[in-house]
Amino acid sequence: MLTKNFGRNLINAFAVTAMLATTSAASTAVAQDANAVVMKNFDFAPMSITVKVGSSVTWKNLDGEPHTVTSVDGLFRSGALDQNDSFTFKFDKPGTYKYLCSIHPRMMASVVVQ
Amino acid sequence: MSSDSEVNQSRRGALKCLAFGGAGTLFLLSGGVLAPIDLALAASKKSAHAMTGTPLFLQISDTHIGFNKEANPDVAGTLKQTIDFVNAMPAKPALTIHTGDITHLSKAEEFDTASQLLSGLNITELHTVPGEHDITDGIGTEYFNRFGQASANKGYYSFDHNGVHFIALVNVMNFKPNGLGAFGDDQLAWLEQDLKGRSSSTPIVVFAHMPMWTIYEPWGWGTGDADQATSYLSRFGSVTVLNGHIHQIVQKVEGNITFHTARSTAYPQPTAGDGPGPGPLKVPSDQLAKMLGVTSVKISGHPSSAVLTDTTLG
Repeated sequence: MLTKNFGRNLINAFAVTAMLATTSAASTAVAQDANAVVMKNFDFAPMSITVKVGSSVTWKNLDGEPHTVTSVDGLFRSGALDQNDSFTFKFDKPGTYKYLCSIHPRMMASVVVQ
Repeated sequence: MSSDSEVNQSRRGALKCLAFGGAGTLFLLSGGVLAPIDLALAASKKSAHAMTGTPLFLQISDTHIGFNKEANPDVAGTLKQTIDFVNAMPAKPALTIHTGDITHLSKAEEFDTASQLLSGLNITELHTVPGEHDITDGIGTEYFNRFGQASANKGYYSFDHNGVHFIALVNVMNFKPNGLGAFGDDQLAWLEQDLKGRSSSTPIVVFAHMPMWTIYEPWGWGTGDADQATSYLSRFGSVTVLNGHIHQIVQKVEGNITFHTARSTAYPQPTAGDGPGPGPLKVPSDQLAKMLGVTSVKISGHPSSAVLTDTTLG
């Protein structure tokens, strides 16, 4: 019984994985220009995101406290983002762009553009 | 030294004393000793007057006009309530100090509403410093348009009133990488110059948004270069440092310097480390008024000492 279930689960697992792989490949191709970062619990998530030159990153604040997306080198600055506000910036040049929240500067993250 | 241990109450001890008061609790700080006195302002205005005499000035902080989430959907309402409360005080303060976060998102209309409400105070003299919520565009356009004249748009300035020297400092425009606020070298140089030559018996009141001592570094509750500022102040006989930012009262006495953070009129925040960060703290609606309030400060005596009175809205 156990073996039968295990076998079935394994096949299902493979099927789901295969499906996921296809789906994510498809979504990568379609959503190449939309890369998302959220502010949640006083953190940027993910803390590092890698995107292609010419693509945009969209930040969304999920916290009850406003945050900002402020680049260390002055390239981009969102101003105060209230809960559920978003900010999008398009990266035209390769490089590593560090940024922080200017209201809570311990919140630091980066965008790697390749 | 023994008076220090009486003054350096644990937060829990301070909370117990605050809870005692009902409508408000008066702390008398005199000669370095902090003693709580139960005071029901609503019940007995006469005794309030008798105990405190005439407050010299009022500290109001963190009004956050523009905030509209669960922790307080009506911050304009609680500010108006605060102003009515202050206007009804038996002794009228001579001036008001706002220690920042006047607005929540630095928007023009938020500043307009805040100014409009604050003009309802029967105290006509208002001095402000910005909080980090007031300057989210990086340069503080709206803040300085309205409040920049006092400092020629530098943000820091000083003035005298009745023999007391007031110093307004900005520690939200120059953040350190670890998240603490900072004054920066220019402002520190200005501060040193401003204090030079003043008699050490001059009572000093310093006000700035972020705490001028490290209360809790992981949440940015402190000022990275505050020690340098404090070193210029330590020779004076009476120094009162008034800060905001943390939406709760924390107090410390170090030599002749009393450090004090004020409550907000908008919403409380959690105590240090209690949760993921210093966001708005939702409390049952019948508890909210007890966690909002103002501070009045009287400076008197020879040598001068400061009497700080923290009162709540409910």
